[in-house]
Amino acid sequence: MIVVRLLMQTVVLALGQIWANKVRSLLTTLGIVIGVAAVVATVAAIEGLRGFVLGEFETFGVNKMYLSGQVPRDKRGQVNWREVALTLDEIDAIVEHSPSVTAINPFWSAGGKVEYGEATIGSARVTGIFPAWHDIENRHVIEGRPFNSLDNEQRRYALLINEQTIEELNLPKNPVGEHVLLAGRRFQIVGVVETLDLSEMFGGGESRAEFFVPFQTAMVLNPQGMIGWAVGTISSPDVAEDARAEVDSIMRSLRGLDPEEEPTFQVEILQEHLDRFKTMSAGLIAGATGIVGISLLVGGIGIMNIMLVSVSERTREIGLRKAVGARPLVILIQFLTEAVVLCLMGGAVGIAIGQGIILLLKQIPDAPLEHANMPLWAIALAVGFCAVTGVVFGVFPAIKAARLDPIVALRHD
Amino acid sequence: MLGRRRANAGADAPAIRVTGLEKVYKMGVERVRALDGVDLQINTGEFVAIMGASGSGKSTLMNMLGCLDRPSAGEYELAGIPTRKMSATRLAKVRNERIGFIFQTFELLPRASAIQNVMLPMIYSKKHLFGARGRAKAALRKVGLGDRMRHRPNQLSGGQRQRVAVARALVNDPAILLADEPTGNLDSQTTTEIIGLFTDLHNDGQTIVIVTHEEEVAGYAERIVRLRDGKVFSDMPTSEDPLHTAYLQSIASTAARRANAEAQGAPA
Repeated sequence: MIVVRLLMQTVVLALGQIWANKVRSLLTTLGIVIGVAAVVATVAAIEGLRGFVLGEFETFGVNKMYLSGQVPRDKRGQVNWREVALTLDEIDAIVEHSPSVTAINPFWSAGGKVEYGEATIGSARVTGIFPAWHDIENRHVIEGRPFNSLDNEQRRYALLINEQTIEELNLPKNPVGEHVLLAGRRFQIVGVVETLDLSEMFGGGESRAEFFVPFQTAMVLNPQGMIGWAVGTISSPDVAEDARAEVDSIMRSLRGLDPEEEPTFQVEILQEHLDRFKTMSAGLIAGATGIVGISLLVGGIGIMNIMLVSVSERTREIGLRKAVGARPLVILIQFLTEAVVLCLMGGAVGIAIGQGIILLLKQIPDAPLEHANMPLWAIALAVGFCAVTGVVFGVFPAIKAARLDPIVALRHD
Repeated sequence: MLGRRRANAGADAPAIRVTGLEKVYKMGVERVRALDGVDLQINTGEFVAIMGASGSGKSTLMNMLGCLDRPSAGEYELAGIPTRKMSATRLAKVRNERIGFIFQTFELLPRASAIQNVMLPMIYSKKHLFGARGRAKAALRKVGLGDRMRHRPNQLSGGQRQRVAVARALVNDPAILLADEPTGNLDSQTTTEIIGLFTDLHNDGQTIVIVTHEEEVAGYAERIVRLRDGKVFSDMPTSEDPLHTAYLQSIASTAARRANAEAQGAPA
């Protein structure tokens, strides 16, 4: 009870002192204000960017794995791309022997002229896919049906398109069942696949006409082609390393490579990039937090300075308070409270200014910062930092005040 | 309500008992003996004036009596309680609960109102968690400032400021009221008012010790203790003090001479 009353009185007293020295208090806390504002805004911006990128990953699929042939650096010129290209046997082996890889889809590129009525696309990109592609790429049909294994085995002239194709070829709104000429062959459109809403960073943004045919059909269309790359999924983000190790070992044994030898293939797992990005953003936030530490240190020295001035100005007051019975500890608490209140006020102003900066940042067109918001933990951290700064830098002046001899203090002028 | 009820003061013990009190200050290499074996006893309800030239040790003694300073040797019992070995915290508690201090320069908080100044000692006390404001009001009324409670020190006259200080000293029901040159900064009329207030408090049973160098002020006390070179030089009732008697005589003769001069000058 007495402690609560005392604390309330000291806080009121501290606020009174700060109000009595408005300009001085403002200038003193400026370091803290600027530091907190800068960091709060930076953290919010990084968090916003992080939220944006994570969201993109989520749409794109975090469990994705990419596999392609690769000419090792030391064999450039001796080996050509065709020799290191993936084979269907390798794809089958991975699906069969790697428990972490749930599905895999190789791509076979073909091309040619596409015609529908009057409309023509000169050199369309035509890609051969497995039925598994729909699930792997998270691109399902919005009209018609997806590919099935029969389409593939029977090398059917079945075609999947996207909405952009409908526009470019002037197809009817529901084009399922329409026939188009592709490289001189008559293909039937069996379905329309959705186009993912992605930013440019992840290959979205520009939409173009896409044509998908069964994998085997693509091999017929372009017998000179090869499997440029394959996309797969792993069972969960946690098995990223396992999946890499499994694929690596299967591919090495199939290709007769020693473990030390440079691989003639490349495995990329999106989750690993995501992890790297998360580490990077955490590092940035830690860096920003470190900068607030430095600015609070500088600000804290200002606080200590002003508190020493305050103690010296109010020496007689301290003497009087002691004479009427203030214990040394109470005097200490009084000055410590004043320093902490000063720092917290600086912190509050800093947070407000930081919030203002965030609102301005959000106005920047095309910057991926719509998600920039001050996380609650950053506010809590800023407030905590300020309080600690107040205690750390207020304690020396407060001890100085508490130790004053009442007589000496009362005679001070 | 104030003053008369001084609970727990040791029943039979004198308000103040000082034995062999010494205080040695180190000033550079020199050692200054400010108090050199002072023995003094002041009983409950007494009104005592401490006098002496500057450097006689009267302020030092006052600081000891107020528990603001510690003696180098000797013992000081306040209402029967030895204070020599007390910690700074205990001494603060004693100052808060048993001593009311009045200073020559008032020492009011400039930004606080009269009532806030009077409430100050109660902030540091467990005794008056509730009703602190009421007690402060009562104390201010007692010193005749019932209508000036919300005024700040700079809105008050010197005499009113000292009255606020008296109210502050009284608010925790102290065992002793100590005043260090309480009229030193006041004109003669205000001095009379303040000293009259002391007399009223004394009549109510308050133990009062004042330090002064004015014989006129000391004349209101029952007893005068004179210090010289850190020792008690004389200690007797005011009426028997030869120096005070001489002062009164000189006042009387001055007055008589003035009256004579006026009587002679009037016809001319």
